Amino acid sequence: VTDADRSPPDRDVGPLAAPSPEHVRWRQAQELLRTWETPKGWRYWSAVNNTEVGLWYLAASFFFLLFGGVLALLMRLQLATPNAQVLSADLYNQTFTVHGSVMMFLFAIPVFEAFAVMLMPQMLGARDLPFPRLAAFGFWCFILGGVFLCGAIFFDAAPKGGWFMYPPLTSKYQPGIGADIWLLGFSFIEIAAIASAVELIVGALKCRPPGMRINLIPLYVWYTLVAAVMILFAFPPLIAGSMLLEIERAFEWPFFDATRGGDPILWQHLFWLFGHPEVYIIFLPSIALVAMIVPTFAKRPIVGYSWIVLAAIGTGFLSFGLWVHHMYTVGLPGISLGLFSAASTAVAIPTGIQFFCFIGTMIAGRVTRSIPMLWVLGSIAIFVIGGLTGVMIALAPFDFQAHDSFFIVGHLHYVLIGGALFPIFAGVYYFYPLLGGKQLSTRLGKVAFSLSFIGFNVAFFPMHLSGLRGMPRRVFTYPPDLGLETLNLISTIGAFILASGVALIAIDVVRPKKKQPHTERNPWRAGTLEWVQEMPPKPWGIRSIPEIDSRYPLWDQPNLMRDIDEGRYYLPDAREGLRETLVTSVIDARPLQCQRLPGNSFLPLVAALSTGGFFIFGTFHAWLPALASLVIALGLISFWLWVGTGRHPEKIEKNVGLGKKLPIYVSGPASVGWWGLLITMLADLTAFVCLVFGYFFYWTVRDDFPPASSPEPVAIWPAIGAASIVGAWALMILARRLNARSSSWTQLSILSAAALAALGALAFIAGPWLGGLDPKVHVYPATVWLLVIWAAAHVAIGVIMQLFCVVSRIAGRTTARFDMDLHNATLYWHFTALTAVITALVVAGFPAVA
Amino acid sequence: MRYASARGLREERDGLWALAAAPTIWAAHFLLCYATAAVWCAKIARDDGSLFEVRLAIAAYTALALTAIGLIGWRGFVKHRRRGGERPHDADSPEDRHRFLGFATSLLSGLSAIATIFSALPAAFIGSCS
Repeated sequence: VTDADRSPPDRDVGPLAAPSPEHVRWRQAQELLRTWETPKGWRYWSAVNNTEVGLWYLAASFFFLLFGGVLALLMRLQLATPNAQVLSADLYNQTFTVHGSVMMFLFAIPVFEAFAVMLMPQMLGARDLPFPRLAAFGFWCFILGGVFLCGAIFFDAAPKGGWFMYPPLTSKYQPGIGADIWLLGFSFIEIAAIASAVELIVGALKCRPPGMRINLIPLYVWYTLVAAVMILFAFPPLIAGSMLLEIERAFEWPFFDATRGGDPILWQHLFWLFGHPEVYIIFLPSIALVAMIVPTFAKRPIVGYSWIVLAAIGTGFLSFGLWVHHMYTVGLPGISLGLFSAASTAVAIPTGIQFFCFIGTMIAGRVTRSIPMLWVLGSIAIFVIGGLTGVMIALAPFDFQAHDSFFIVGHLHYVLIGGALFPIFAGVYYFYPLLGGKQLSTRLGKVAFSLSFIGFNVAFFPMHLSGLRGMPRRVFTYPPDLGLETLNLISTIGAFILASGVALIAIDVVRPKKKQPHTERNPWRAGTLEWVQEMPPKPWGIRSIPEIDSRYPLWDQPNLMRDIDEGRYYLPDAREGLRETLVTSVIDARPLQCQRLPGNSFLPLVAALSTGGFFIFGTFHAWLPALASLVIALGLISFWLWVGTGRHPEKIEKNVGLGKKLPIYVSGPASVGWWGLLITMLADLTAFVCLVFGYFFYWTVRDDFPPASSPEPVAIWPAIGAASIVGAWALMILARRLNARSSSWTQLSILSAAALAALGALAFIAGPWLGGLDPKVHVYPATVWLLVIWAAAHVAIGVIMQLFCVVSRIAGRTTARFDMDLHNATLYWHFTALTAVITALVVAGFPAVA
Repeated sequence: MRYASARGLREERDGLWALAAAPTIWAAHFLLCYATAAVWCAKIARDDGSLFEVRLAIAAYTALALTAIGLIGWRGFVKHRRRGGERPHDADSPEDRHRFLGFATSLLSGLSAIATIFSALPAAFIGSCS
């Protein structure tokens, strides 16, 4: 060990030794209050701050939970007795489809985003996450898509193909708009989920408080980071699959039609490539709440922090190797089944590790009784049973027997309710004081928990038995004398007991609490930063952004709360009246930038409405209004980018307090916007890779894919197209360099790039066009068309970006110093060039070698 | 604050990518095993064909993957053991951040190695495409 290896003796930056004078602090607080004020009246709905958007998100997702729960009760009433006639067979199909879809897409995923949007800035001592308007846009997309989907069941038009929508049932045999509502409505919501994921990843990596090194961040943030990264890679397969199925339904391209070369198994692959990671995307953020709650009530730091990080990351990876265990019965080779069975059992290892860490923490500490802990213990008990039945059905021979029976229904509810719903209820009780400074009732809480825990087990345990006795899923009734009546009746009784428990929680949450006094600050004596919040909460999030030295700063840093309140840390004021937060480095959270955040605006709402118009008009095959909505949405988003981003600051550097000066405007890899785009493009690339996977999937299963003689233009034109697009990409890089030297050739370089790119897109389309490929005849032309259209559409968006940059440069908005737009457009073009090259290699190159 | 400074412990030299390296090798191994078996059974050996060549290939992939995972795990372990390395690595210092990342890397390598062996096991027992 040399001297140079040893840390230098300089100390952590402490808070100001003495508070500022009273009148200064008063002025600072007034500035912050004015800047972060929640808008009043109808303008309330233009709010973009995490506290408002998070609250709407939470309220909406719990509303959908109750809606899905009512549907479940209807199903249980229908199944309570043999040959019952509460619901018709068709309505029963709609009911279970909407129940499953609502619980997965409109409750489980959004409630994760709701909790994260709400809590993460508080845990990180940030005033907000880096893209508040994007979060608001995501919320409005979600609520619009959700209402559209749920509303359909009142018009007898809801989807009825099960929550996994298998074709050909959903492509050929269900002509109504139900399946279209599902495919388009959820694609829309998935885009919103990806938007939230971008926000959460950048937030977790770049918006931590100074000094919160990577080994000190709250476990909740680790879990959120892993789940958000999983969304990036899990949702695009479903978006790609939904696109294929909707194109088949709307335009008769035969992706899943075996008579014209398609294969319904491709849907199953794409769906479960999403669907299985999805289970863990739901599970990890919920168990993250447990990881925050257990240390608080055990009154000690978590046992095995590194092991939990291992478990979160390990589960995130392994969960992508399980998808085929939903497809054991489709007839894959034994070795493939064995491979997926192995991964399915391996994932039990990291899952188990987390539970041992929680139990270890409870044993090592002194656990105090509380309602959140009741839910945590209930969750662990239920989830362990669900996990064990999961290991049973991970084994292919057992699954052959249990597949599509009520055993699976029992298993999945043990996993999801034990692994997600109970921890979420624990989180509701635990974090409720942060919402309005009031506590939920302990007395009601005990009753609600008892009803839910008993009701849940009474409802779902008998399902394992009825499944083993042969009761299939998704039948609307069953004949008497099969030995199923008693078990089903017990399940129904249990379901109503569970529902009464949930109803009690809902009543407790919404009952007026005007007379109830505000709770004290940090009522649970927790150690993490979100509990510095004042009761009732102030709109500014945190009075000043502290320096963090510990995993549990409220336990370990003396006077932390006082120093934050007295503004002795960073950013204690808002002199310019602009919303600000700190951007820090990924590993050690070194302060790098004072990030200006956008304020309240109706733009996210109207942009979501117009984006929704595209999907909703599309459902009814009203193509003109759909196209018009898309154009309006693109226009609005461009306007949003023009007015909302890349503003020139009034000064280059700002004094953020404690003697630190930070830049306000940064571009390229130093800026959060660049990272946000990079992450979005990774998701986009994943969707494209799924389409390419489809191409090779057809190649493995069909002998006539690609056909023996491919028409010549299909080989030449894509090659020309790719060459032009690569040229456009090179010109973009040149433009960025020219701009850095303030060269007046910049615009010309971008415009030539745009022209070359447009030519490239036309060349891509020309291939199958001149080759006379008819996408309705066979899956091969359909796949080729889809790939070239995908590439051309990306070029079209890239050209819009280029024109944006040209206008921005002419207007003096983009200069050599302020070049964010050009950096981001170039980043987009890296991905577009890659997409074009892969498309050409697959479409033109592969038939030649195959 | 002692953010930076000491050579070898500078923030820039520690990255999050090391955490993802071993599980990524597991994923690549997994996909290769799956694709090799699927293409072999669909295009070359056909139904009930022998898996002999596939089993050899999987053995080779597994040996390579385990070697790489082992190296990553060892590097992580060395980082973790740097001057003592008592857990829980929760001090506010570049050393503990460095040790934490090393420890987490070696744990993830262990998990990836187990999962890789799991993935290879079916090939040890299954001899045909049926």
